[in-house]
Amino acid sequence: MAATTTSRSGVTPLRSQPRRPLPWPIQFYRSAVGKKWVMAITGFMLLGFIITHMLGNFKAYLGPEDLNVYGESLRDLGGHLVPRTHLLWIMRAGLAGAFALHIFSAYSLVHLGRKANPKASFVSGQKSYADDQNFVAANFASRTMRWTGPIILLYLFYHLADLTWGWWPWVEYHRGYPYENLVSSLDNWPIAVLYIAANTALAVHIYHGIWSAFQSMGVNNPRINAARKQISGAIAGAILIGNLSFPIMVQAGVLEVAS
Amino acid sequence: MSTTLNLKLKIWRQESPEAPGRFHEFAANDISEDMSFLEMLDVINEQLNEQGIDPIEFDHDCREGICGTCGVMINGQAHGPEKATTTCQLHMRKFSDGDEIVIEPWRANGFPVVRDLVVDRSAFDTIVQAGGYISVNTGAAPDANLMLIPKDASDAAMDAAECIGCGACVAACPNSAAQLFTSAKIEHLNLVPQGQAERWRRTENMVETMEDFFGSCTNHGECHEACPKEISLDYIAYMNRDYLKSKLKNRKLAGQG
Repeated sequence: MAATTTSRSGVTPLRSQPRRPLPWPIQFYRSAVGKKWVMAITGFMLLGFIITHMLGNFKAYLGPEDLNVYGESLRDLGGHLVPRTHLLWIMRAGLAGAFALHIFSAYSLVHLGRKANPKASFVSGQKSYADDQNFVAANFASRTMRWTGPIILLYLFYHLADLTWGWWPWVEYHRGYPYENLVSSLDNWPIAVLYIAANTALAVHIYHGIWSAFQSMGVNNPRINAARKQISGAIAGAILIGNLSFPIMVQAGVLEVAS
Repeated sequence: MSTTLNLKLKIWRQESPEAPGRFHEFAANDISEDMSFLEMLDVINEQLNEQGIDPIEFDHDCREGICGTCGVMINGQAHGPEKATTTCQLHMRKFSDGDEIVIEPWRANGFPVVRDLVVDRSAFDTIVQAGGYISVNTGAAPDANLMLIPKDASDAAMDAAECIGCGACVAACPNSAAQLFTSAKIEHLNLVPQGQAERWRRTENMVETMEDFFGSCTNHGECHEACPKEISLDYIAYMNRDYLKSKLKNRKLAGQG
């Protein structure tokens, strides 16, 4: 510790913790380290969805019939054991909950970072030195998490309105025919460009997200440490290639509606 | 025969914690390249004294890179451009003739500026205090190797104990988070047998005290690059894991709720 210690009243805390006993999960979530755990766990849940979603969409390459049957069997999950679409709705609720927790934790952590920093803007949450800070380790992905996050959220709304709700007049939407809807939407090149841009943001977000989640959850072992960034890169790269293939292949005419 | 440098300095000057600060420009002429960075500031202060101007205040103590007292942002990098080096151990030969050098204090709301380049780092003391004590037998020195510690555990603990508490990690962090400092201070005890008795209490108290003053980690890794002792990011992962465990295990015993 530094040898000179001035009066301890000099620094005002950013916040004070109530020391009354709360149930431990709530206490845990109140702390920033706890919120990072929640972000990591919900992040992995969302990642699981993204991978499953992509693998499911690959059925489009087998033909319209395969993708449409796949969509129908999602609604029919559980077979005759549960009423139709009930299991799907439970999964959707879990996903929405994970999404809400992920965003809310991120928002409150950015808020905490802003309070800890002089001259920090809200969006970036980052402080500024007069001479621009010389970043050594922070990469493009880690510094743009707060931009790629909102981009993904906006894209999610567009995507749901596009292919789940069928809101946009420029897409010929037929409920229960995902293949035809997909091709009808991505056949417009501005929409294909939008999908490509948003999915690139998603992959960049995932690249830092996976590595960061390893740290937040204390997954740290000399046997895997060297591979953690490669694992993040490999998963993000696979998701990028897989997801970009749809708009590109529709534009290239590989995926098309037989007329 | 050493060569000399002529430099342009932009230094942050601030009268008091409340006063608004601003940059002042100074010319540093005939600076020997064998000087340390702080010796260069000493020379400037001598000249300011002769002109009747208040000298530039900066923290320093041992000047051999082990006390953690010195530290300024030099051209946007904590402790300057050289890796694993404190400001006092940085030599002017790392700069070239005619360079402009911007010198700023650590910036973080947990580190209020006291004057010029001096910041109040007592929040770090508060975090260490929150850790409390460890229970050990006092009295005569125990026999060597009475307590068995695996070599790798003691190595890891010693690497964490290298932290000198200079605050470069907070200064370099875009979020002003003190994760690297706090994890080093927690883990150098958590990794060895001597630290086990109070392990969960220490982890819980220190993490929560840290969050009263500093921001939240986003795993950029800037702190490790700025650290003059090259404390590893691994300790932050260990701390995050220990914090979850402490929430599960740090129970109050009967009648102590």
